[in-house]
Amino acid sequence: MGVIWDYLGNSSHWSGPEGVPARVLEHLEYTFLALAFVCLIALPLGLFVGHTGRGSVAIAGTANALRALPDFGLLVYVVLLISGRLPADLAYLLPSILVLVILGIPAVLSATYAGIQAVDPAARDAAKGMGMTGSQVLWRVEVPNAMPLILSGVRSSMLQIVATATIAAYVSLGGLGRFIIDGQSQRDYSQMAAGAVLVGLLAIVLDLLVAGIQRLVVSPGVTGRFRTAGPRRRPVLISSSQEGSVVPTT
Amino acid sequence: MIAYLQDHFQQTVERFYTHAWLAVLPLVIGLVLAIPLGWLASRYRRVYPGVINLAGLLYTLPSVALFVIMPSIIHTKILSPINVVVALTIYTVALLVRVIADALISVPADVRSAAVAMGFTGPGRFLRVDLPIAVPVIVAGLRVAAASNVGLVSVGALIGVNQLGSLFTEGFTLDVGSIVLLGILLCVLLALILDTTIVLTGRRLTTWQRAVS
Repeated sequence: MGVIWDYLGNSSHWSGPEGVPARVLEHLEYTFLALAFVCLIALPLGLFVGHTGRGSVAIAGTANALRALPDFGLLVYVVLLISGRLPADLAYLLPSILVLVILGIPAVLSATYAGIQAVDPAARDAAKGMGMTGSQVLWRVEVPNAMPLILSGVRSSMLQIVATATIAAYVSLGGLGRFIIDGQSQRDYSQMAAGAVLVGLLAIVLDLLVAGIQRLVVSPGVTGRFRTAGPRRRPVLISSSQEGSVVPTT
Repeated sequence: MIAYLQDHFQQTVERFYTHAWLAVLPLVIGLVLAIPLGWLASRYRRVYPGVINLAGLLYTLPSVALFVIMPSIIHTKILSPINVVVALTIYTVALLVRVIADALISVPADVRSAAVAMGFTGPGRFLRVDLPIAVPVIVAGLRVAAASNVGLVSVGALIGVNQLGSLFTEGFTLDVGSIVLLGILLCVLLALILDTTIVLTGRRLTTWQRAVS
């Protein structure tokens, strides 16, 4: 394990545009940029499909088809396809972000519509019976109830993006993947290992962050945190059938 | 693409086989490891949060990171395919252990009581009652793991393991999109073959489902 610290222990690797802080920042930029686009596209679409029930088959089909595609292959293919037509400074950034967005969408989309659809029909009926309009039912009953699942979708989408952004260093993107790719070409294992440890830590920290947000925004009435929750009475955050919607990290 | 395939047919077939092995091996080892772990987690409530949290943590790690770290933990060479197999086994276990634990927990109590009344005890009851009931859920988990493994193996091309992912690096270096496309298609084909195999095996193991419906 010692080799990892050789690289990180050298203070010259901690400053400048190729230093650790700059690379961490780049990685965060890509991740949040892509995640913002993913949420902008997938959340409204998921809410619409979940609330109206229209198009759920098409969405499930597309999400599954996307899942079977190898991320790395898709990344390289899109870069080869469109980078030649872009100005030099965007040639690698734009296609990479595009692929990060494409790969991030299925997790949020399927979690959102599955979360809305899984809301107890009795709760929905009660809300209608109380005189709520369609949009009130959506925002005051369905969304709060689906929140745990929606956020777990955001979480796995984010992890997917962090992981794929690492690979994107191969097609000249910046970020922490640079240490791994450059280390590989320079036969410098200590640099590669340092990059791997940093990206692993970044993934864990971001994951904990979203887990924290999840605790803050999910209503205690939904999580059942009022009661004592043992393993057998766990609130159903992700039911086993929806476990399949968690996209594996790349 | 056709021309490339004609010129490199032997090499492509070999890459396909290597890719298949690197994806399937972790699946099998992962399943064998995840069943006892899942049983432990379902049987002992104190073990459950620990196992599930550890699985979640491991699943958080990006695969490239795991591939690169492996040599310094298990003392293999950086280019060794073993790194890929071990890393993917870890993912498979992390995914399946939770699925299996939850599936075993959700075996209905009356089914269990009926099994006990019929004289099933200990390991016999687990193997012939609890586990078969969990098969459909395990199959669903395996399908996800198989699809992700096929994709993740191709990332191994970055650290020099020769398989279908090498078509991506080769296509990128040569600036030929069709080579990359061929790699993508073959990956999808492999994923389809694995998925079909898992679904069919699952069906053979759960004949009672069709007998009822």
